[in-house]
Amino acid sequence: MDILSVALPALGSAAGLILQPIVLGYLVLGVVMGLCVGVFPGLGGIAGLSLLLPFMFGMDPVLGLALMIGMVAVVPTSDTFASVLMGIPGSSASQATVLDGFPMAKKGEAARALSAAFASSLFGGLIGAAFLTLFILVARPIVLEFRTPELLMITVFGLSMVGILAGRVALKGIVAAGLGMMVGTIGEGDSSGELRMASYELPYLVDGLKLVIVGLGIFAIPEIVALLRQDRAISERSVLGGGWMRGVRDWLANAWLSVRCSIIGVVVGVIPGLGGSVVDWIAYGHTVQTTKDKSRFGSGEIRGVIGPESSNNAKEGGGLVPTLLFGIPGSGSMAIFIGAIALLGSGNIEVGPSMLKNNLDITYAIVWLLALANVVGTLICIGASGGIARLTTIPFSLLAPFLFMIIAFAAFQSGQDLMDLVALFVIGFLGIMMRRFDWSRPAFLIGFVLSNPAETYANQAVQIAQSRFRKGFAEGIDYIFSPIVIVLIIITLISIVVGLRQAKMIMAEGAVKSGKKKAPMIFLLAVLAYLLISFVDASLIPDYAAADRVFPRFVSGVAIVGALILLVQMIVRPESHALFADRDAGGNREDVHGLWSTLAWFAGLLVLTALLGFILALALFLFAFIHYRAGRPVVFAAAYTGAGIVFMCFMAWLLNRDFPPGLLQSFADLPWPLT
Amino acid sequence: MNPKTYLRRAALGLVTAVSATLAMVAMASSQGIDLKGKTVEWIIPFSETGGSAKWANFYAPLLSEALPGSPTVVVKFMPGAGSTKGANWFQNQSYKDGTLIFGSSGSTQFPYLLGDPRVRYEYSDWNVVLASGTGGVAYLPPDLAGMMNGLDASGLKGTDFIYGSQGATRLDLVPLLAWEMLGLDVEPVFGIKGRGDGRLMFERGEANIDYQTSSSYLKGVTPLVEAGTAVPMMSWGALDASGNIVRDPTFPDMPTFKEVCDATPGCETSGEQWDAWKAFFVAGFPAQKMVFLPAGAPEDAIATYSDAFEAVKARADFAEISMGRLGVYPQMTGAEAAGALASATQVPESAKAFVVKWLLDRYGVSL
Repeated sequence: MDILSVALPALGSAAGLILQPIVLGYLVLGVVMGLCVGVFPGLGGIAGLSLLLPFMFGMDPVLGLALMIGMVAVVPTSDTFASVLMGIPGSSASQATVLDGFPMAKKGEAARALSAAFASSLFGGLIGAAFLTLFILVARPIVLEFRTPELLMITVFGLSMVGILAGRVALKGIVAAGLGMMVGTIGEGDSSGELRMASYELPYLVDGLKLVIVGLGIFAIPEIVALLRQDRAISERSVLGGGWMRGVRDWLANAWLSVRCSIIGVVVGVIPGLGGSVVDWIAYGHTVQTTKDKSRFGSGEIRGVIGPESSNNAKEGGGLVPTLLFGIPGSGSMAIFIGAIALLGSGNIEVGPSMLKNNLDITYAIVWLLALANVVGTLICIGASGGIARLTTIPFSLLAPFLFMIIAFAAFQSGQDLMDLVALFVIGFLGIMMRRFDWSRPAFLIGFVLSNPAETYANQAVQIAQSRFRKGFAEGIDYIFSPIVIVLIIITLISIVVGLRQAKMIMAEGAVKSGKKKAPMIFLLAVLAYLLISFVDASLIPDYAAADRVFPRFVSGVAIVGALILLVQMIVRPESHALFADRDAGGNREDVHGLWSTLAWFAGLLVLTALLGFILALALFLFAFIHYRAGRPVVFAAAYTGAGIVFMCFMAWLLNRDFPPGLLQSFADLPWPLT
Repeated sequence: MNPKTYLRRAALGLVTAVSATLAMVAMASSQGIDLKGKTVEWIIPFSETGGSAKWANFYAPLLSEALPGSPTVVVKFMPGAGSTKGANWFQNQSYKDGTLIFGSSGSTQFPYLLGDPRVRYEYSDWNVVLASGTGGVAYLPPDLAGMMNGLDASGLKGTDFIYGSQGATRLDLVPLLAWEMLGLDVEPVFGIKGRGDGRLMFERGEANIDYQTSSSYLKGVTPLVEAGTAVPMMSWGALDASGNIVRDPTFPDMPTFKEVCDATPGCETSGEQWDAWKAFFVAGFPAQKMVFLPAGAPEDAIATYSDAFEAVKARADFAEISMGRLGVYPQMTGAEAAGALASATQVPESAKAFVVKWLLDRYGVSL
């Protein structure tokens, strides 16, 4: 094989390229920066790489790569802190880690969860780098085999994970996924540009809702609000506890699971467009399916941490395959990575097919850097964990405003728009209600994430298939039912059957008792109303733009049928049935504060922002919250506010962001950051 | 190029450079604006991945060096609604201290020309300081390219073409209309997110016709051509000084659409259809990307920026560093840029009416 005779020397010269003190220094610098970005919920590789972009122009290619790879590789490791310790996904790739990692932290097993997660992350990252090495040799023909029908089937396979995550009432999970998909269709259709549930009068919705906002709203806000209502620290006792070695032993005992999930991570990462937002769910689904005793999932099963964490680091290695081979970004952060590579050196390195031919040594340097960054990142994470973990002993009423500030910042970082905060609030409210009535939030999010690929690939596959069928029946069938598609269909069917059979055993978000009929019914009727309105809205799209009509109408149709069956069941079944799950039923003893008064605080921040702009509103909000709600003295509240505002301004300055202005700013010309 | 011309060009370049430098020195001391210690924000209404990002990232550090006081130049991305969001935002900004500039693209121009309901911006309010041109190349798989008889494309009639498209009202209007004029039956598959996705669709064999802008063609398609899996069909061409379509200087060996159209029976290089195609080609390619100062910018600010871009162009290494990243296309400043803006944003009413009707008849898009 002549590939080998070229590749092996390149592999060696690549090692020579990076094993220099200065390169390693830049790598460590990148890792530390990535760690800082990853620890904060909502900020991930995209924000981190955008931060590095301005420095890349003319930089020595290897040094620039070291900096960027260091950052990209450590984010899925360091985001575990937020997931485990705060119950907030640190980035989109560690949403599933929350399900079992956070309950473990609440039980005082944070150290065990973290060390298992880090061990898995390290292992996954190394597997990712190893696979990238091989893939570079053989991937090109394989990835080119993935045409539109295959991409569609992968998307459908991702959707089938809803089955396992649906919770005790499978139908509720399906309706939740349908609702998520419908929220995903909001805005301009991809095919003909027709508007769905949006209007040009409200430009914000034309582009649809962003993943950051939906993710934070559905997962982070309900958790923050729930903890805030209980008004205590996240974990009361010695925070991390011991168990570092126990976590590593846990990982060793499940090494085979870790291998499988790493491979899932690599494979999903390779497929462009699917990105990192689903890989952890697929890995989690797989973990649940292959575990004999499923009763502990959702309340602190260590395997639920090992699976997703193995996959989300491995995915970075996989994601580099389409990025380097085709110049097609597999995720948002890879898109920026491509832009940054173009800036390196004198601009003569180009990702894409020519990269393997002209820059094989650079290509392999990336592989080595990735592996090395994973090792360095894991070591630093373990070293810093004590300090970071101390965060969880802080009473939550002090932590919450800070977290809310960060989440708000993450939400509007791309739009700089007040509507981002409004959307966050609205989706957050939906998330709170879904949590209360035990509707599967993971199912909703999977639906949302896969809505766009499912629609686009379905439309394109149908259109291309029609053209093939015009040429001949056999050619059309060949196109639709390729061997890969058939294998994927079989895997999907198995996954659905196994998933639905096992879903009842999993309390993804802990046991929920049943309450009265009225409240769950009102929520169901509200969901049904939205589905009906969007069905009618989609039906109004004229014929010439039928491609934008079919998908929302089909999905909402299915969801409406599901919701109607649920409604009938609710009328027939007694109040004790799992259908009527309601966390607030009969007054939850742990809750010190009411839901509405807690929400009112955030609504207040929203209204103040509309009036005074974000920074002034935030200052008032922080001070009032700390002084009145958390009951701290004026001096403490003032210091807290000052620190918060300085931190916010520093982040904004670093990332070069503005804050949303309010009514005040349209009258008075204020200096930054008040603008 | 013979040595004498070369010498003359070099001398001319030197003179331009010196005069630009002198002009700049004069500016800085007299009426020009000084941006020392300030941060210039360059708004790009697209995401970090597209061609506009590459273009702005190329210019930003050079602009920083060339502006008086060497301010920091940061590129800020404000994607949304195919660039109309960012452009609408920029329309509402007024000139403050010269620290805000905006980079538009063909995708900003087309909705403006076609009267898209979302457009709330007006090009004539803004002040152009740079206009960058580009070109485009259409290509085919080898078996289909073999069905062309020299420049005559009639052999391709009757083939079912599939093309991955971003939308008929975007820049894709230019290739779609060109192919239709040649009598090709091209079915656009909508919903792709960028031209890179279109190329991938071509590589996978799902699409069998595609086009890329010059820089993407150089990077993405040239390796395919070398490997024998793609064959260039034609370039859109370039404009000469008197507004005629000539061969693209980046691809001098490739026929232009005009040549192919001339050689293909049934395709006319005059008349209503041709005029419409040419008008939209001129709007979309020879002045594709432009830099603007907001409404109300004073003369000295406009002069400062024009001179700065002039100085960037006059750099000794400009040809070398821009070749691989921008291709060989005119980078226009001053009156030239203003002329380019005029030709890119003022399409004859008849051409507009033709395209609007064509979009409605062919794709059911009502504007």
